[in-house]
Amino acid sequence: MSIQILMPALSPTMEEGKLAKWHVKEGDTVKSGDILAEIETDKATMEFEAVDEGKIGKILVPEGTEGVKVNAPIAILLGDGESAAAPADIPTAMKSIKEAVTAEAKPSTKPRSPLEGEPSSRGELGGGAARSAARPLPEAAKAASTLPQGEGKNRVFASPLARRIAKQKGIDLAAVAGSGPRGRIVKADVDGAKPGAARPAAVPAATPQPSVSGGIAGIAALPDARLFYKPDDYVEIPHDLMRKSIAKRLSSAAASIPHFYLTIDCRIDELLEARARLNEASPNGEGAYKLSVTDFIVKAAALALMHVPEVNASWTDSAILRHKHADVGVAVALDFGLVTPIVFRAEEKGLVAISGEVKALAERARAKKLKPQEYEGGSFAISNLGMFGIKNFTAVINPPHAAILAVGAGEQRAVVVGGKLEAATVMTVTMSCDHRVVDGATGARFLQAFKQYVEEPAAMLL
Amino acid sequence: MSETYDVIVVGSGPGGYVCAIRAAQLGLKTAVMERDRLGGICLNWGCIPTKALLRSSEIWHLMHRLGEFGFSADNLKFDVAKIVERSRKVSQQLSNGVGFLMKKHKITVIAGEAKLAGKGTLAVTKDGATTEYAAKNIVLATGARARTLPGLEPDGKLIWTYREAMVPTSFPKSLLVVGSGAIGIEFASFFRTLGSDVTVVEVLDRVLPVEDEEISQLAYKAFVKQGMKIKVSTTVEKLEKGADNVTATLKSSDGKTETITVNRVILAVGIVGNVENIGLEAAGVKVEKTHVVINQWGETGVAGLWAIGDLVGPPWLAHKAMHEGVIVAERIAGVAGVHPLDPSKVPGCTYCWPQVASIGMTEAKAKASGRKIKVGRFPFIANGKAIALGDAEGMVKTVFDADTGELLGAHMIGAEVTELIQGYAIARNGELTDRELESTIFPHPTLSEMMHEAVLDADKQALHI
Repeated sequence: MSIQILMPALSPTMEEGKLAKWHVKEGDTVKSGDILAEIETDKATMEFEAVDEGKIGKILVPEGTEGVKVNAPIAILLGDGESAAAPADIPTAMKSIKEAVTAEAKPSTKPRSPLEGEPSSRGELGGGAARSAARPLPEAAKAASTLPQGEGKNRVFASPLARRIAKQKGIDLAAVAGSGPRGRIVKADVDGAKPGAARPAAVPAATPQPSVSGGIAGIAALPDARLFYKPDDYVEIPHDLMRKSIAKRLSSAAASIPHFYLTIDCRIDELLEARARLNEASPNGEGAYKLSVTDFIVKAAALALMHVPEVNASWTDSAILRHKHADVGVAVALDFGLVTPIVFRAEEKGLVAISGEVKALAERARAKKLKPQEYEGGSFAISNLGMFGIKNFTAVINPPHAAILAVGAGEQRAVVVGGKLEAATVMTVTMSCDHRVVDGATGARFLQAFKQYVEEPAAMLL
Repeated sequence: MSETYDVIVVGSGPGGYVCAIRAAQLGLKTAVMERDRLGGICLNWGCIPTKALLRSSEIWHLMHRLGEFGFSADNLKFDVAKIVERSRKVSQQLSNGVGFLMKKHKITVIAGEAKLAGKGTLAVTKDGATTEYAAKNIVLATGARARTLPGLEPDGKLIWTYREAMVPTSFPKSLLVVGSGAIGIEFASFFRTLGSDVTVVEVLDRVLPVEDEEISQLAYKAFVKQGMKIKVSTTVEKLEKGADNVTATLKSSDGKTETITVNRVILAVGIVGNVENIGLEAAGVKVEKTHVVINQWGETGVAGLWAIGDLVGPPWLAHKAMHEGVIVAERIAGVAGVHPLDPSKVPGCTYCWPQVASIGMTEAKAKASGRKIKVGRFPFIANGKAIALGDAEGMVKTVFDADTGELLGAHMIGAEVTELIQGYAIARNGELTDRELESTIFPHPTLSEMMHEAVLDADKQALHI
């Protein structure tokens, strides 16, 4: 029997990807473990291996195709003795391909004038162009509902019996964790739940309702920017997958997470001295290291997260997930975007280990070689623009984190100590907090702890 | 010693071979050991060959109703040797099928008697030679065999267990069946339909004692109508063997005794687990009442040692063993979201005539659980398809929790009910309530419509009665 080879999901959040390169051609015999193709996601290019053995009967998606949906058939694998001529399911497969591959946005040749009103939901710009070119914002807004926070909660999956019992006992199903197939709530789950076991009483007013219509209520779609410019006055740079992902995730995060910001100044003279001393002590050759300010900040943040675990958390509709380890993401700027690889269990690691890891991750990120598990998840993030002389800035939280620390430049400033003016190296940091998880005082306590570690680096040894 | 397997399953019955297939599907290096024929009792000496026999008796029954359907024929005969031959061929075909499945999934089949020989090691004896095999996980699926009672030992000639009853060389004119559970009743039904004078003795106060009482009563009536003699609340005191007959002394619960003389006796008084000679004690495996003690995941408490199927206790059903085999394979492979087996979701089937099938609680048990219940019933006589088939005897019964609408149990007797019960099994497993079942569209004309009507009847909304 022929087997459809499906577009793999290379990470839990991957929805579509680019079929970058085929390593096999029609007629090739493959066995389990052979590399079939390279799949490019928004952050990495990964090899896709065969699971079954057989002969490649038909390649359904040519290489270079972008926007191939996860689980769309991409090739047909034939079993023993089957001919490649016409397996019965190829037409069906081809049909689903057409549906699965998103039409790439092409610039419309005749944009409507803004005066003509907003483009209606379909048709005007023709074909696939209407989707992504004409209505960028609704697309992004729609993504809000695919954030983990809101995921699946517009529709609670529960068995009819579980629903009935929940209703009778006054149990809010949204607060019940399902143990059935694919997380479906079954009778045993509601039997164990207590009546009125509502969601945690965390800022109910701020709970986003991303569900309603797939968009964010009350926010109108913005007209296509092309409508405001003459075509000769700009160059179009089509979105790559990373750009799309950044747009989608950050629009969702900015729209659905109630952010607030806390800023604090830290004196880093001692940190810089310690750094200089430690770097001087680095051996030559093997075991050599060069600690950066960021490495110290990662460590200080990890320890502060252990100190104030309320910040080391993630929001879900039914519960706050308090993480046991400080998995600290470090934003890495790339030529083509940015990615936030994670230093896992940073609280347990020494500065040299953190430094080595950050460097290795950044190099691999630049080479597009990161594996999804190296940049997905995490519990906190750091974005440092100090090297560009940025004094202070605010960052958008990178879900599923509850906070992100924006780090400014360490610079000499005049400070008043004991009534006297004094020169000091000061670094300003601003933490963006998800108010659903972190309240003002909680965030402040975290920054106090962080400041203490940064100003007195020896405290990290405690 | 050869290379180490991830999983070795001891016993290739339905629990064992299914466990092996699932393990292989999950990428585990798997072997299965069998001392006899692939497929175990189920395929070779149980479920399958008896279904072949019962099919023959069903045809014989219909042949005696030819006039009703507009046919006529004279000189009707059957040849018991050919009936048995067909049954054996069916078994052989399916046993071969298991062999192909093992090959397809690249499962090593090891012939011989296996014995635990220290942690992760099995000693397999074949023709006097012993080979050791190493496995990270060993799944015991050695099954069970007929129980014997003191003084009532089978001899394989005059006093049979299921094994001899399945391959009679001559047709017994009269038969005593001891025990009216599924095995006893299926043989009683087979031999009675072919014309044997059958007496069934049951120690409890009703036939098919695990079924709903109402179903037991209907079954009793149907069997008696077919000419079966049924003695409930009765035990067999003594069996005295003659040259080609057996004289049995029966004692009823009120103290009366009587003797009957029959050609053959079939003992069907339950089964015992095959716990001997596999080194359970030395391995530290706990055995209670001839069954290996396990937790909800099939773990014996000894690291890397698992047990499934008839070996671990009732219900002694092939599909229960298969499900346990899948659970264990998935636990070994670390599959997420595996659920323990819920006995209330295991359907039971008896392939006598009329057939009996059930799932979940009987009405009495549901009542005893303290719930407020509602019961629906629908008779075959009011179903169009049943009348058209000429099989209008029987009933479908549902038991619901009146407050939550949960389908607590379903009980059926009549033609093809063993094929129907899965509908209620899906409903129970998917936790559908009375409302979903009421609003489901059942095809007309089918026997399954009775399942719908029995649900509607629980709310006094049955349409066709």
